[in-house]
Amino acid sequence: MTLWNKPAHELHDLLVKKEISATELTQDVLARMDAVEGKVKAFLTITKEQALEQAKAVDEKIAAGENISFLAGIPGAVKDNICTKGVRTTCASKILENFVPPYDASVVTKLQKEFPVLVGKANLDEFAMGGSTENSGFYPTHNPWNTECVPGGSSGGSAAAVASGSAIFALGSDTGGSIRQPASFCGVVGMKPTYGRVSRYGLVAYASSLDQIGPITRDVTDCANVLNVIAGHDDMDSTSSFAEVPDYTKSLVQDVKGLKIGLPKEYFVDGMDQDVEKAVRNAIEQLKSLGAEIVEVSLPHTKYAISTYYLIAPAEAATNLERYDGISYGERIDGADVVELMTNTRSKLFGEEVKRRIMIGNYALSAGYYDAYYLKALKVRTLIQKDYTDAFEKVDVIAAPTAPTPAYKIGEMISDPLKMYLQDICTVPLNLAGLPGISVPCGYSQKHMPIGLQLIGKPLDEATLIRTAYTYEQSQSFHKEMAELGGAEA
Amino acid sequence: MKYEAVIGLEIHCELKTKTKIFCGCETGFGGDQNTHVCPVCLGLPGVLPTINKRVVEFGIKAGLATNCTINKFSKFDRKNYYYPDLPKNWQTSQYDLPIAEHGWVDIDVEGEKKRVRLTRIHMEEDAGKLVHSGNTIKDSASSNVDYNRTGVPLLEIVSEPDMHTAEEARTYMEKIKAIMEYIDVSNCRMEEGNLRADVNVSIRPVGSKELGTRTEMKNINSFKSLVDAIDYEIDRQTEVLEDGGHIVQETRTWDPNRGITLSMRSKEDAHDYRYMPEPDLPPIVTTDEQIEAYRKELPELPDARRERLEKEYGLSDYDAGVITASRPMAEYFDEVVAGGADAKLAANWIMGELAKHLNAENKTIVDSPVEPARLAAMIQMITKGTISSKIAKTVFEEMWTSKDAPEEIVKAKGLVQITDTKAIEEIVDKVIADNPKPVEDYKGGNKKAIGALVGQVMKQSKGKANPQMVNQLLAQKLG
Repeated sequence: MTLWNKPAHELHDLLVKKEISATELTQDVLARMDAVEGKVKAFLTITKEQALEQAKAVDEKIAAGENISFLAGIPGAVKDNICTKGVRTTCASKILENFVPPYDASVVTKLQKEFPVLVGKANLDEFAMGGSTENSGFYPTHNPWNTECVPGGSSGGSAAAVASGSAIFALGSDTGGSIRQPASFCGVVGMKPTYGRVSRYGLVAYASSLDQIGPITRDVTDCANVLNVIAGHDDMDSTSSFAEVPDYTKSLVQDVKGLKIGLPKEYFVDGMDQDVEKAVRNAIEQLKSLGAEIVEVSLPHTKYAISTYYLIAPAEAATNLERYDGISYGERIDGADVVELMTNTRSKLFGEEVKRRIMIGNYALSAGYYDAYYLKALKVRTLIQKDYTDAFEKVDVIAAPTAPTPAYKIGEMISDPLKMYLQDICTVPLNLAGLPGISVPCGYSQKHMPIGLQLIGKPLDEATLIRTAYTYEQSQSFHKEMAELGGAEA
Repeated sequence: MKYEAVIGLEIHCELKTKTKIFCGCETGFGGDQNTHVCPVCLGLPGVLPTINKRVVEFGIKAGLATNCTINKFSKFDRKNYYYPDLPKNWQTSQYDLPIAEHGWVDIDVEGEKKRVRLTRIHMEEDAGKLVHSGNTIKDSASSNVDYNRTGVPLLEIVSEPDMHTAEEARTYMEKIKAIMEYIDVSNCRMEEGNLRADVNVSIRPVGSKELGTRTEMKNINSFKSLVDAIDYEIDRQTEVLEDGGHIVQETRTWDPNRGITLSMRSKEDAHDYRYMPEPDLPPIVTTDEQIEAYRKELPELPDARRERLEKEYGLSDYDAGVITASRPMAEYFDEVVAGGADAKLAANWIMGELAKHLNAENKTIVDSPVEPARLAAMIQMITKGTISSKIAKTVFEEMWTSKDAPEEIVKAKGLVQITDTKAIEEIVDKVIADNPKPVEDYKGGNKKAIGALVGQVMKQSKGKANPQMVNQLLAQKLG
């Protein structure tokens, strides 16, 4: 039986019914990984041995007649900016090339309690800075639907792993769209939960007030199940929410009758790809036909979101990345004295995009510029938040494209950072407002590249997002199609 | 021209919490290098801080004890600068919304009361320690970093430039030390670096309202260095101005071995700290109820205690000031008095013999071998006339080295005072007979000559004769 192409919930049922073993499943996924990884390059570290040991342990539990949890024995990937004890965590940066954390991120600790099989650490844009995974300090990841294309980013490795069958589920992180946009590009489901819903302890910080960990899965059912595992307060993260975590699988019902879905005109931007606009509008029509009420809403400050984001995120990044100085961990390039040592280490081991954002951030924070840039950005952030607050007085969910285009060719935009930044227009505002968002497959471009529908929810209302996304998903079959590894190299 | 100095202090006070400000590591002084560390205080990738609530409590209490306004909405900020003892290369501190602001303390300098205003008190983390193979980071082949101190909580107490002499600065710092000890937020052991000051000094012509250019001296860690460094800096600046030069705004370092200040870095090299609100820590929101609850927990503070000692026991302002300058001494005093000792005598003995012995052996009053109860018993023996003050000194010496009660010492050594008139009279008669010269002098009008005779009587009685009775009897007999 081919197993790598099934969602976790189907595999869980097969495991429970003892039709398959966790070892068989893991071997099947690892074999698939062997077949495709050379073209996709979704991973920075592969942990085959550990995976097979974990699978064996789950099989022993099953043999002993124990009840197994949803993720037990299910092969998953973790983005390589999430710390895993004893397993190299590089953030796709040369500066952490050999960094092995002595501790697990809180999400990893929570996952481990469910006994999943962790097959490896997924590639990303260096320190999660980018939207194409081309900024990886090691190598770019390729889109499984067309390996000449980018998988999106920064969680491009996680999305490509799930889309290509090298993992059944993955964890990503989302600072300005880094879960949702690669999910959209790779035809999988990706959710950025509300800021504070999932602990950030052990997620290597890019922009602390925007970062959030979330699931990347084959379908909405898997998304709800993974979110159940990772959500909830953590004493180690002072910004994590104390709000109770509902059972998200209770929201896996097909019912959007009377649900008010807002359509923000500002998200259908000029220059948006026509295939994307068509697919997203079709999806919204579909939701309407399922009983939802579509309401026009306005989010007037959306046009400032990109500039606001590219001041706040780099400012936080500039300080967050100060610790990589070659002194007490990570790589070091020596110098005549301590200043030269730090300068050499940072100049030579950070990539171009990381250095660009550090410079922007330090500029925005420096004396004489703080008020004009950073402080102003914080004020605009408040206005963007208020836009949503106002809109959510009228609607339950907001629908929009996840990205203005489908996946583009590797190298197409790398020399034009500004154009690349504009790609984030539909995803960035949520991070600034701390809101949850989910991307679900809603069709294809003429070149058969996946397109994502983005649903945006009220704070801590992931449940309604899951219900809406599930209802839409079950009304069509986009989520059932797997990538075919097309493209010149395939 | 006559110049006046303007001095302001930033005092760093290490808090005595069990654990560090943002993680669960212990704060204890000493320990092998890098043993009190964890991923959080080492600033490893991915870690987040969590606030130690005791630190906020201590910050609020320090603010209340120094008449500050407590900011009910306060926050942490990142102060960015690269230095190898700072694992994140920023210090988590407070910038525009410190926990407490706008306070004051009163100090006494040469009998005059002066008010020093506090600008602010803020909470922050300490940095680690660099251990150089040479003397400084610049001339060392290598340096090791010890992160044990990284993340130890500090309060930074910033004064207004309200002081004008080294003596005022010292008295102010002593007052801050006393208050922090009283409210029990810091051990204030200067030799362990619990209390350190950055000192800003400028001078201006007497009568001028404008401030001169200031220099800052970092990390002054003893009262002596504080006074010496300020005096040196005032002299240096005066000399520069009198030679027609101008003061350069700069950071200087005090070299206690050479007794001079040296330039460290000028204003042009000053850091742009690029302060940013700490996104990993929510703002600290405190309620009026909480603040009032902390206020109720505050003990009697030095000023109030001093007043009480003056009123209740009739101690002089000076004595009360010395006794209450440190909480352990004030508590020791209270225990001696509670043990039944006369308060004035207790103050004299604590400030005299006890202080002398403690200083000689470099001990603090907490480690005094003579406990309050024994000192109280001894003082009672003086009051009752069982022993003279002079003999008491012998008894005190014995108590210092033994665990014996004063009564036992007096008994064992036969030190009981002679108060039997007949016995004293016998000695007095003998002394008068044996010393015709002083007797003549006295009778001839030199009343001071009686001293020599008293001395002889005391000597012959081995110090045990009651001196008052000796005086009385001699005066009687010599008519």
